[in-house]
Amino acid sequence: MRGAALAQWTACAVAVALAATACGGGDNGGGASGVVRSSWGDPANPLEPANTNEVQGGKVLDMLFRGLKRYDPKTGEAKDMLAEKIVTTDSRDFTVTVKDGWTFSNGEKVTAKSFVDAWNYGAHLENNQRNAYFFGYIEGYDKVHPEKGRATADTLSGLRVKDARTFTVRLTQKFSTWPETLGYAAFAPLPRAFFDDHDAWLAKPVGNGPYTVESYARGSQMTMRKWGEYPGPDKARNGGVDLQVFTDNNTAYTALTAGNLDLVDDVPASQLKNVRADLGDRYINSPAGIIQTLAFPYYDDRWNADGMEKVRKGLSMAINRQQITETIFQRTRTPAKDWTSPVLAAEGGFDDALCGEACEFKPAEAKKLVAEGGGIPGGTLKITFNADTGSHREWVDAVCNSINNALGNDRACTGNPVGTFADFRSQITDRKMTGPFRAGWQMDYPLVQNFLQPLYYTNASSNDGKWTNEEFDGLIDEANAESDPVKAVEKFKAAEKVARDQMAAIPLWYQNGSAGYSDRISNVALNPFSVPVYNEITVN
Amino acid sequence: MGRYVIRRLLQMIPVFFGATLLIFLMVNVMGDPVAGLCGDRECDPATAARLRAEFGLDQPVWQQYATYMGNVFSGDFGTAFNGQRVTELMAGAFPVTIRLTLVAIVFEIVIGISLGVLTGLRRGRPVDTGVLLMTLVVISIPTFVTGLLLQLLLGVKWGLVKPAVSSAATVDELLVPGLVLASVSLAYVTRLTRTSVAENSRADYVRTAVAKGLPRRRVVSRHLLRNSLIPVVTFIGTDVGALMGGAIVTERIFNIHGVGYQLYQGILRQSSQTVVGFVTVLVLVFLLANLLVDILYAVLDPRIRYA
Amino acid sequence: MPEPLYEPDTAISAGGAGGATDFAVDEGETLEKRPDGGPQGAGPGKPRSLWSDAWRDLRRNPVFIVSGLVIAFLVVISLWPSLIASGNPLQCDLARAQEGSQPGHPFGFDGQGCDVYTRTVYGARTSVTVGVCATLGVALLGSVLGGLAGFFGGGWDALLSRITDVFFGIPVVLGGLVFLSVVTSTTVWPVIGFIVLLGWPQIARIARGSVITAKQNDYVQAARALGASNARMLLRHVTPNAVAPVIVVATIALGTYISLEATLSYLGVGLKPPTVSWGIDLSAASPYVRNAPHMLLWPAGALAVTVLAFIMLGDAVRDALDPKLR
Repeated sequence: MRGAALAQWTACAVAVALAATACGGGDNGGGASGVVRSSWGDPANPLEPANTNEVQGGKVLDMLFRGLKRYDPKTGEAKDMLAEKIVTTDSRDFTVTVKDGWTFSNGEKVTAKSFVDAWNYGAHLENNQRNAYFFGYIEGYDKVHPEKGRATADTLSGLRVKDARTFTVRLTQKFSTWPETLGYAAFAPLPRAFFDDHDAWLAKPVGNGPYTVESYARGSQMTMRKWGEYPGPDKARNGGVDLQVFTDNNTAYTALTAGNLDLVDDVPASQLKNVRADLGDRYINSPAGIIQTLAFPYYDDRWNADGMEKVRKGLSMAINRQQITETIFQRTRTPAKDWTSPVLAAEGGFDDALCGEACEFKPAEAKKLVAEGGGIPGGTLKITFNADTGSHREWVDAVCNSINNALGNDRACTGNPVGTFADFRSQITDRKMTGPFRAGWQMDYPLVQNFLQPLYYTNASSNDGKWTNEEFDGLIDEANAESDPVKAVEKFKAAEKVARDQMAAIPLWYQNGSAGYSDRISNVALNPFSVPVYNEITVN
Repeated sequence: MGRYVIRRLLQMIPVFFGATLLIFLMVNVMGDPVAGLCGDRECDPATAARLRAEFGLDQPVWQQYATYMGNVFSGDFGTAFNGQRVTELMAGAFPVTIRLTLVAIVFEIVIGISLGVLTGLRRGRPVDTGVLLMTLVVISIPTFVTGLLLQLLLGVKWGLVKPAVSSAATVDELLVPGLVLASVSLAYVTRLTRTSVAENSRADYVRTAVAKGLPRRRVVSRHLLRNSLIPVVTFIGTDVGALMGGAIVTERIFNIHGVGYQLYQGILRQSSQTVVGFVTVLVLVFLLANLLVDILYAVLDPRIRYA
Repeated sequence: MPEPLYEPDTAISAGGAGGATDFAVDEGETLEKRPDGGPQGAGPGKPRSLWSDAWRDLRRNPVFIVSGLVIAFLVVISLWPSLIASGNPLQCDLARAQEGSQPGHPFGFDGQGCDVYTRTVYGARTSVTVGVCATLGVALLGSVLGGLAGFFGGGWDALLSRITDVFFGIPVVLGGLVFLSVVTSTTVWPVIGFIVLLGWPQIARIARGSVITAKQNDYVQAARALGASNARMLLRHVTPNAVAPVIVVATIALGTYISLEATLSYLGVGLKPPTVSWGIDLSAASPYVRNAPHMLLWPAGALAVTVLAFIMLGDAVRDALDPKLR
């Protein structure tokens, strides 16, 4: 019959296709004993410490490097790691002593020079390091990294190697909490191999952390193994970690539920309703140092006009944060009550009463305030966001619906998607925004300073709305110069209150880290940067 | 025929230049990619300028294009923003995608043409209606959903396959993604075959063949199918593009690091080096696919001759 | 340049538009149900226009009537959605997000707490406009260009075919981001224009292939020998024989264009919020299909009915144009 001929033909075609293409092979997955299989995303930039500004590259650096300080995975407190002591008398000149006995995994000793060389590399203009500005507080930065033209010096004049274990740092201004920024990956030490054969190092990075890189297949997998001779106190409690690049976090989650993966540190919002059923209690939802806000274009006179602070406050009060975080985010976000983050804790500057009623949902009052302030400029509020990363559309729609319901006008607010993140950022850089836009901030280090100065200080690097306020700037300067940490925090909070009264940006919610794991592993936790604490994980 | 093929191959040269220029300009029009490289903060102007210089973005467009083409001819397709060579990206992505595309095309040919012949000969019968309903389902339910549900059922509930394709991406792992990828095209192939078969079954030569007393199987395979395949072959030829470059959704769902995925990443990051390199290779693939289709015309219908 | 040369096929007897009985394959089973007991062909005696014949056939074809009624209904609710939906598609209450069917809200609520029924009704306008206009544009442009290339062959064919090669290479995402992100208009027309721009090469290739086959037919060659003009041959002999694949592809493409609109919207370059469309609702519901399939099923159902109506219409038109059926 016809069917038979067809079947014959089919078998033939399939055989041809298989013969032509079945060239893959090699096992993958399975999971070597004691090894954690974890989801990963392709790092956006080359894996250099001062060049990594997103969480995927950050994961690797956290396993591969240990710096002078390390943020406690639970409390976020900056604790000495390689630093024996960091002393200062004037909050400006620091003397750093490096602990003895640390080496890189290739055997090279970690010395004062390892740090100074690394920082000079990170700061230098010609190395194109995305995080160079972290060294901006160190004297001589304007020479190695001028705003225009070529560098006029090779090294930072503020850095001096005293002996094998000691170096001094001179800052451009007083910055009492500067040592606490040193847990950030950009401040990691680098071995000579990094400078001698840069390409080889990038292909297989070498560091001084609890793991070593066994193999790195770009774009698909990085195999990290426990470094047996790691001298630090936080040795790896598992045999290693296989970081597998996934095209989509939903796919990674499905692989986890199918038992092909052990750890997913980014559970997609659409699956949050299923985590209980799929994973039981193998799900973590813990606070991270991330806050989402709506920024405003203060270079647009309509938004900078007098009375507009009332409109902004009214809009803030028109947003039902509680309902949105519960329904859209399934409680993986917490309604914001100030402009910092709960991971700082009260003594670190977090204050859940600071925003007060301006962050509460009061639709009637919201409508009144918006009207008093002169209404929404242009009549329609367009919330600009980038459509390509994260699922911003859902919450933007929800925020707009909330505002529309409060103002009683179903066209008062609409989302305004921008195709790519790059385009979104260049519209911000070129000051082309005409209404509020998405602003997210992931802390670099757990200090209240980091939540305020980069975002609201005049012309700061992440002050996307170009908000400017002399009183705020003055208070920040005073706080930075304050050597008593408690008083410094009070000053920062005073500055934050200025931002609140002007409603410089509308705080939306604090973002949590959200992770799921398999029954193969235990002791899983996320640190305040929402990165899994890999070295603590044990394999059952 | 030989001269015809050579002429067609020579036409690749202007197409190659036209396509690269067009895509190069398009990526350029998208604007400055450097703004997206510094995360949620403004690149400091000096670093931004350095990065622009590193990727040659500070030069006029025509000069960028000239430099790029010069490099291409020496085998250098440039570097993506994360420092990875584009040739390395292509070497990883194309074999996987070619396997996936072949699996999908085999599905299209086998399932699509069988169903098409079946429904074409049984128009208006329950089997025809059933296939029509399946067609509607495939068109109106997004690929994303079919992919997700298949992944959930086969991969998690029944544990028949791994839900995520490994980096080796062997053919057996690609069967389910291939089926999902082929699903919409299957609808086209089925309907096209059905219509052609139904139309040609009334043609004189088929009636002649039947009148001569040839067995039904022979009539269908030799006379009916052969003459019905031209639109189907044309469609599959045009579909190669959609399958290879446009498998963004399927590749994402099933964790396939193929051309669609890399191209999508390249476009979002506005990396002209990645995008132009990938698209150029794709255009050449279409050119070959369409040449193959035109040659198949002559095979299927001997009346068509090429000089 | 490719020049498909005509080679008379002696194996096939001269056929044509004469009356024909159905061809039975086995056990007297008819392959094709005649649409009606229509006239036994136009006959050589008194030639009637093919197109008026087609229209006569269509009017009596129940398939055509049913699909026509469905399409008319879609047009009516596109123009006056408030006739059958009293709610406001933009009025959403997040507290009711993902709730199922309940009195007054037969289709339940979507992820933002909007009424799915109201949104499905209001989405018809955008989706049907995009689907129909984009399909018409693609079909007209594609079949004219492809048909001419196939008919005349030579240099024009080569040029056109190479242009289509390049167009196939342009990724939809890239094209969308480039062409649509500069547009500030909030209407559906830029999106339709974009779909036509990227969609025509496919139909052009299909039409070209069909025309290359159709023009080999004996009656076309006969007409040419009798000195018929190119225009007459194209309209009277080639088009009716080449149109079927174009209709098939176009009617299915209609559905995919409605979904494509949503893809573009999700890229941030399609229709700007607060536009309501089936495609947008489909994409928004897709990730939640495990928990709340109802959010997906209704817009998908509306899309399916629309595509079904047009596929049936296409079938009926194709049958009516098929000279072998007379």
